[in-house]
Amino acid sequence: MDAFNFTRATTLDQAVQSAAQSPTAHSGATVRFVAGGTNLIDMMKIYVERPSQLVDINDLPLDKITPTPNGGLVLGALARNSDVANHPTVLRDYPVLSQALLSGASPQLRNMATTGGNLLQRTRCVYFRDTAHACNKREPGTGCSAIGGHNRMLAILGTSPDCIATNPSDQNVALTALEATIQIQGPKGQRSVPIHDFYLLPGTTPNRDTILEPGDLITSVTLPPPTPGSKSLYLKLRDRAAYEFALASAAVVLTLDHGKIHTARVALGGVGTKPWRSLEAEHILQGRSADPATFRLAAEAALKNAHPQSENAFKVELSKRCLVRALTTATRNA
Amino acid sequence: MDFSEFIDFIQTGAPVPPTNPAAPEPSSVIGAALPRIDGPLKTTGSARYASDYNFPRMAYAVPVCATIASGKISSLDTSAADKMPGVLLVLHHGNIGPLFRNASGGRNSENRPPFEDETIYYWGQYVAVAIAETFQQAQAAAAAVRVQYTPDKFNVATSLDDSIPAIGAPGGPRIASHRGDPDAAFHAAPIQIDQTYATPAETHNPMEMHATVAVWDNGKYTLYETSQGVVNHQLVMAQVLGIPKENVEIISRFIGSGFGGKLFPWPHSALAAVAARQLNRPVKLTVSRKMMFSNVGHRPRTQQRIRLGATPDGKLLSLQQDYRNHTSITDDIRENCGEATPFLYSTANLQVTSALVRRNVGTPTPMRGPGAVPGLFALESAIDELAIKLKKDPVQLRLDLDTLIDEEKNKPFSSRHLKECLLVGSEKFGWAKRNPEIGSMRKGDLILGWGVAVASWGAGRGGSEASVLLRADGSARVSSASQDIGTGTYTVVAQILSDKTGIPVNRINVVLGDSSLVAGPMSGGSTATASIIPSVAAAANAAIKVVLASAVRPAASPFFGQDPDTLTMTAGRVHRKDQTPDSGIPFQDILRMANLASANGDGKTGGHGSDTKALDYSMHSFGAQFVEVEWDPGIAKLRVSRVVSVVDGGRIINKRTATNQMAGAVVMGIGMGLLEQTIYDPRNGHPINDNFADYVVPTAADSPDIDVHFLDIPDPLMGEYGARGIGEIGLAGIAPAITAAVYHATGVRVRELPVRIEDLLTSKVQI
Ligand SMILES: Cc1cc2nc3c(=O)[nH]c(=O)nc-3n(C[C@H](O)[C@H](O)[C@H](O)COP(=O)(O)OP(=O)(O)OC[C@H]3O[C@@H](n4cnc5c(N)ncnc54)[C@H](O)[C@@H]3O)c2cc1C
Ligand code: SF4
Repeated sequence: MDAFNFTRATTLDQAVQSAAQSPTAHSGATVRFVAGGTNLIDMMKIYVERPSQLVDINDLPLDKITPTPNGGLVLGALARNSDVANHPTVLRDYPVLSQALLSGASPQLRNMATTGGNLLQRTRCVYFRDTAHACNKREPGTGCSAIGGHNRMLAILGTSPDCIATNPSDQNVALTALEATIQIQGPKGQRSVPIHDFYLLPGTTPNRDTILEPGDLITSVTLPPPTPGSKSLYLKLRDRAAYEFALASAAVVLTLDHGKIHTARVALGGVGTKPWRSLEAEHILQGRSADPATFRLAAEAALKNAHPQSENAFKVELSKRCLVRALTTATRNA
Repeated sequence: MDFSEFIDFIQTGAPVPPTNPAAPEPSSVIGAALPRIDGPLKTTGSARYASDYNFPRMAYAVPVCATIASGKISSLDTSAADKMPGVLLVLHHGNIGPLFRNASGGRNSENRPPFEDETIYYWGQYVAVAIAETFQQAQAAAAAVRVQYTPDKFNVATSLDDSIPAIGAPGGPRIASHRGDPDAAFHAAPIQIDQTYATPAETHNPMEMHATVAVWDNGKYTLYETSQGVVNHQLVMAQVLGIPKENVEIISRFIGSGFGGKLFPWPHSALAAVAARQLNRPVKLTVSRKMMFSNVGHRPRTQQRIRLGATPDGKLLSLQQDYRNHTSITDDIRENCGEATPFLYSTANLQVTSALVRRNVGTPTPMRGPGAVPGLFALESAIDELAIKLKKDPVQLRLDLDTLIDEEKNKPFSSRHLKECLLVGSEKFGWAKRNPEIGSMRKGDLILGWGVAVASWGAGRGGSEASVLLRADGSARVSSASQDIGTGTYTVVAQILSDKTGIPVNRINVVLGDSSLVAGPMSGGSTATASIIPSVAAAANAAIKVVLASAVRPAASPFFGQDPDTLTMTAGRVHRKDQTPDSGIPFQDILRMANLASANGDGKTGGHGSDTKALDYSMHSFGAQFVEVEWDPGIAKLRVSRVVSVVDGGRIINKRTATNQMAGAVVMGIGMGLLEQTIYDPRNGHPINDNFADYVVPTAADSPDIDVHFLDIPDPLMGEYGARGIGEIGLAGIAPAITAAVYHATGVRVRELPVRIEDLLTSKVQI
């Protein structure tokens, strides 16, 4: 780990001002916020992140979980993953989010990890995490070692010739299916961005994971009010029973009307370069009867543009089965 | 090193004739499920492991690792590192000074001492080490060392299909075992199995990482190590450092497991030692988890062709095993996959051949059940395939092939109860309810698969010494330069002394893990218990003899003037042999009357080789392992749900620690069967999954319902207690039982471990 300065922000403005001094909000940022530290400090230890200044944001009043007037819910950026997962409103109205959070990491990590930090956790691509190897996401222009390398865990959707890394988060898949919006405070003021627009495809700039600009601080995430009678579910598939990132996962939020699917929100994890909203699957599902044939059709549509790599062709089928099972289970008792 | 080589290796010192005292029935302390006597130290965090030692002025060392798999260092620039805050020294080929190879006994892991030349043989090889005032400074300095390489061709291919010379030619396969005419018998056999199986490189990954704290004091070293053999470590390090043996003391009081990876020293020990000497300061070097994947050994990849010839009713006409394993460029490490093949089943025609192929990887080293474990995966998988071909129950086939004669050595087994293992296991598992049809068994929405395999591991013991003090306050101390790798050696030693003397276990101080004590056994090959307990018993007998001799001398003693031979000690009380223990007096009263601080006894017992009777027998442990998997075909999810492990390991000294060993082995077997493999990036040779997120081992949530059962039949040729020692035996059958169960559930036969979701997705079985 490199030596760094450490400061504690006491106001939002102070935090934003400090971070705005960095030339970038992406790979190579010289100033970093630290929330739970479970991702950032890890990467600093292996020289993947080398900030010269850390701004601790844990003193900011951003840890609350509060209802919105219209029945939605605001998750403060510093709300811990465990607190969100076990919050009674989340358990009642957004079970998919609770399930996603509880399927991730370990209890100890979830006690530290925050909503905002989880949104910005970086890929687990082994080449990204080892400075001995070329990686466009870590060092733009050096090449992508994962293409033709050990890419079993990596993405099959949204890849580019420059990067095939997965967004590894479980939380973000659920938030995508819930159509969350992200509140950001930046040097130019506040703005609110739908999660669907928050993450960027790698394209030729895989060093940019999100639309954030230098100084941007995530203050909260807003969940829209739940549709009455909606069913939601998160299913995560992996090699072992616990404590592993997803090979494939699916978050579904559905409403049914007399055996027919009325509305559907579908997001996939473990397979996309960003939390993967599948409008194609949603399109198939809406208006059709909730049966195995429909589910399979939706899964085929979701993976239609899959572009597997040398080691992860199995994810195409696995991801389909994951979605089919998630839809089957979510609609079983409807 | 295979098991028999290991046994030869551990025969330390001159053979001592067997004492063979008439064996009395052991007391109830033997076999009891006693908790570990060192448990409280561990649960309270007060047990000190190697890297827990801290000393005034201690400096920290962090190695720099090569980032190519083959080639030469063309330049190594430490100028930036040298100037960094706190940096004391950066050692490399140019300034390390002499380090030596060892040829005078003991075994090293890598024969090449670190930095011997500027050649790189594998990715991750140490090329420099930075030493600084703090760990962080050392780490930063290590990262600032600039190394340039001239890369060379390298090979880390997983397939071991290299073209190699013919059998018997230099570099070609060796014939490891042969009888009859296996080729002819195979060709003539009406039923044939001919399949190739592969097991991947596996990394030991004990919880406690390797570490050395080196203290240099006026020409003498104390090395705090995590070592499965402090005596060997001392012998080797004295040679590597070029100093007399008595100038090196190895301390290894507590070890966070080893699985074989800590049997022999690794290069970091020498690096820490040299740094301590050059700086004249204590130096701590902890191997990182990442380095654990390249610098401290692994189980090598194996590829094994098995051919079985059989009759339609299941007689084995021939058995052939042709195996290869990878080894490093610098060392020849043979993974003896044929360890159990020649004697496991009855067959007149057999051949095992063994070949090495070189890869640019770190030097392999024994990992729990070296040879036998990958070997039995192949053999037991083939036997399962034979059973299926014969439409015969796999338990019944094995019962029919059982033999009480080791047909390779033409000797009877000292104690072989494989049949009982299979029968007891079947009963406990409920095997009779098995429907052999693929995918036919259900549990709710899941398909069940049931599989079985048998296990075998050699039984042996090495020479050992121990010292016992029976003290005037009624307590005792027993010491030996062995060590407890977490398996329960401290506790077992206390139990033996308690059994011999009647002193309660909680009044016995066991001292291990220090090479300056009398020489004790290595903790490896399941031999530590079997080796150390005869010496503890002998030392206890010797100390008791001193007590009895002292009992007749003081005038105040009730035994004054009597013949010590008429006395004995039972339950801590000295009494006449012809009278009951309560007629006597406590031994500590005798010591006080005789004005003795303690009665001391030394015990030195020989190994296997010194017991002429044992040489007439073939000695092995056996086991049978039954596995249930739950298969959810809709999402290709497979988990091991239930395991019954029945073990014939001689007498069990401590039911709790033994059960713990066997249950741990089941979990390790699940790792081997379903999860673990070290993956070398073919483009650069880097073990690319060198961390605990990408090298996946089972978690608590992956641990099934485990039922461990010991036959607990003493081996008459394993000394007074008949204990063979257990460790490897619990692992040997798990992986093949898993793949058999996977086949039963899914119809997919996996011949290359681990079983992956990729394989399972090809299953045609549906609900
Ligand atoms: C062993 C291990 C296993 C894991 N397994 C899983 C898993 O199975 N599934 C899963 O989803 N995740 C998993 N994780 C990842 C875990 O969820 C993340 O590490 C965690 O969510 C990050 O949150 P944090 O608060 O600790 O972030 P930090 O490490 O503090 O920060 C991460 C990044 O976010 C930035 N940041 C933090 N807060 C803000 C803010 N308010 N505004 C702007 N920027 C901010 C930081 O500057 C930094 O760049 C695992 C992690 C570990 C270490
Ligand atoms: S996939 Fe992306 S993160 Fe991984 S090596 Fe390629 S560029 Fe880097």
